[in-house]
Amino acid sequence: MPTMNIIQAVNSALRIQMTNEPKAIILGEDVGKFGGVFRATAGLFDEFGEDRVIDTPLAEAGIIGAAIGMAIYGMRPIPEIQFSDFIFPAFDQIVNELAKFRYRSGGQYPCPVVIRTPVGGGIRGGHYHSQSPEALFIHTPGLKVVLPSNPYDAKGLLLACLKQDDPVLFMEPKKIYRASRGEVPEGEYTVEIGKAKVVSEGEQVTLIAYGAMVDIIKDAAKKAAEIGISCEVIDLRTLLPFDIETITESVTKTGRAVVVHEAPKTCGFGAELASSLYERCLASLEAPIERVCGFDTPFPYSLEHEYMPNADRVLGAIRKTLEW
Amino acid sequence: MNIKNPATVDSLELRRVLDDDGKVVAGAKVPEVSEKDLLRLFETMLMVRVVDERMMRIQRQGKLGFYMKSLGEEATHLSVFPLRDDDWIFPSYREQGAWFWRGYGIENFLNQLFGNRKDPTKGRQMPVHHSANWLNVVSISSPVGTQIPQAVGTAAAMKASGTDSVAMTFFGEGTSSTGEFHVGMNFAGVMKAPVIFVIRNNGWAISTSSERQSAAKSFACKAVGYGMPGIRVDGNDILAVIQASNEAVERARAGLGPTLIECVTYRIEGHSSSDDPSVYRNPAEPSLWEPKDPLNRMRAYLKNESIWSEGLEKEISDKYNDEITKYLAIAEAEPPPAVETLFDDVFQELPWHLKEQKEYLMQQARTKNPHLHNS
Repeated sequence: MPTMNIIQAVNSALRIQMTNEPKAIILGEDVGKFGGVFRATAGLFDEFGEDRVIDTPLAEAGIIGAAIGMAIYGMRPIPEIQFSDFIFPAFDQIVNELAKFRYRSGGQYPCPVVIRTPVGGGIRGGHYHSQSPEALFIHTPGLKVVLPSNPYDAKGLLLACLKQDDPVLFMEPKKIYRASRGEVPEGEYTVEIGKAKVVSEGEQVTLIAYGAMVDIIKDAAKKAAEIGISCEVIDLRTLLPFDIETITESVTKTGRAVVVHEAPKTCGFGAELASSLYERCLASLEAPIERVCGFDTPFPYSLEHEYMPNADRVLGAIRKTLEW
Repeated sequence: MNIKNPATVDSLELRRVLDDDGKVVAGAKVPEVSEKDLLRLFETMLMVRVVDERMMRIQRQGKLGFYMKSLGEEATHLSVFPLRDDDWIFPSYREQGAWFWRGYGIENFLNQLFGNRKDPTKGRQMPVHHSANWLNVVSISSPVGTQIPQAVGTAAAMKASGTDSVAMTFFGEGTSSTGEFHVGMNFAGVMKAPVIFVIRNNGWAISTSSERQSAAKSFACKAVGYGMPGIRVDGNDILAVIQASNEAVERARAGLGPTLIECVTYRIEGHSSSDDPSVYRNPAEPSLWEPKDPLNRMRAYLKNESIWSEGLEKEISDKYNDEITKYLAIAEAEPPPAVETLFDDVFQELPWHLKEQKEYLMQQARTKNPHLHNS
């Protein structure tokens, strides 16, 4: 089995979809000849031509608006938003249009658009190349939100998204685009949407994260093990609909939970996860659920490592749940 | 308050076939329209007027939450005249005539207004936000201009599919101030998409006059910046509207790309049933536009061509009044959509969290309303 990084895995999924589905169209800024600023669409322009891998004018609302028009006409568009920080000019098209088309038309117009966009910090990109706006979209009825943490899941989840008919925001953790490597099958396979993965089992504390933060909680679990604390590590993979069963089962077993994300804490997705867990596991909880998140500041440039959650901060939260 | 005078509007280049008395202007290019089609066009405009009149009346009676009339703008709707069934329409909220022309009947129209169990959109949106995929007329959104890049996407998909279908989208002159107008027009120009942009310049965006939307001398001239032709046409002249639309649709079908048409018209009444133009508009202004009424001009033209009679007009107006009476009773009596449908169509399948919420609501509904036990 070949080893791939996340970019290569995404590229492989796109190539498979473009080959198998004649109605698939890729569109976005610099996705054609150049192959995307992160190279996710590299080679596809030459292989599938300028009518199916479209370099659009520089306007996100146009990219998503056009993708909607293509989808309701029966195509399977895969727009790219170059950085999720640039998604806001398309916010209305995504939130009010894409996510609502099926519902507002009484089911007449399904809108199978899969938006790909890199997300997260740690690349010295400053405020406008580092944000994690997932909560805004999880809060949008009608949209699925997926955020893988490794090449195998990236390819399998992307192919699963491309096979179903609901609109999806497929976020890609750009910090580990190349750093995360692993075995990935050459051919087609899917990873089920809505299923979390128990990365490693443990007894005392459940650590929950997604995207680039999964590596952080894995590190934290390792550090905790060194001082005799057993953690269960869960990679959420799909943020909406998130896998309530897996996390409930785990927290019921361990009695403690730490939720980690890069996005600001207040009204972040961690709040929803914690609240859902309280509703289901209160009687099993030994301590309040801890959240380790980005701060409620704009994403900084020089101090980005102070801003972002790290293994030590997660370890602190683990200890807090045990000492409570 | 300043008065928006049709004479000032007319001082710019404006394509016109009929004068205010319905006579063909000297040298005008009269589009070829069969007698049958002329009558159908007249019938559709009259239908809009009859429906609007009745709907606003029932709105004032408190039976209907909201309504939007098109008085004076009916001819602009019929820009759809040259379209085929496989062409797509992306309307805004003031083109009833386009829906009726396509065959969207009074029954569906009323059921949508009442948001009842027979509403083709399942009671999902407030009145006048129709959707008819079987007619290739796309679901209406309230935020203006969102349909513009969408129409371009559909047109690009048509082109990529190798068909010669086209997309047509409607919006008001106020919408030309949105980002989506610029973005959509620009995409269309670059992609050479087979799309026709129809601006209904009715002078007013709720209370804001068209001069407050743009400093350009017209709305049609904006086309230049996007590399496409712009046509400025008398939107109250049905034959001029059709002539411009014919030209734009032919261009699009031939692979020559998009066209912008500005239909110069006037909103005789308020923006909607919730509006009161007396607050912001000189009450004398609408009367200046009444001589340009599109229905009167078409009637005069048909009279001159000897294809109109009072009897025929009465027959048409009676027919739609009767239909409205019949379907209004049905629409009013029809119950709202079943409670459990609240959760349908958010996604193709219900995810766990919606299943939970649905169970909760159904339990509540059963407790509060014993009749639901049997539903």
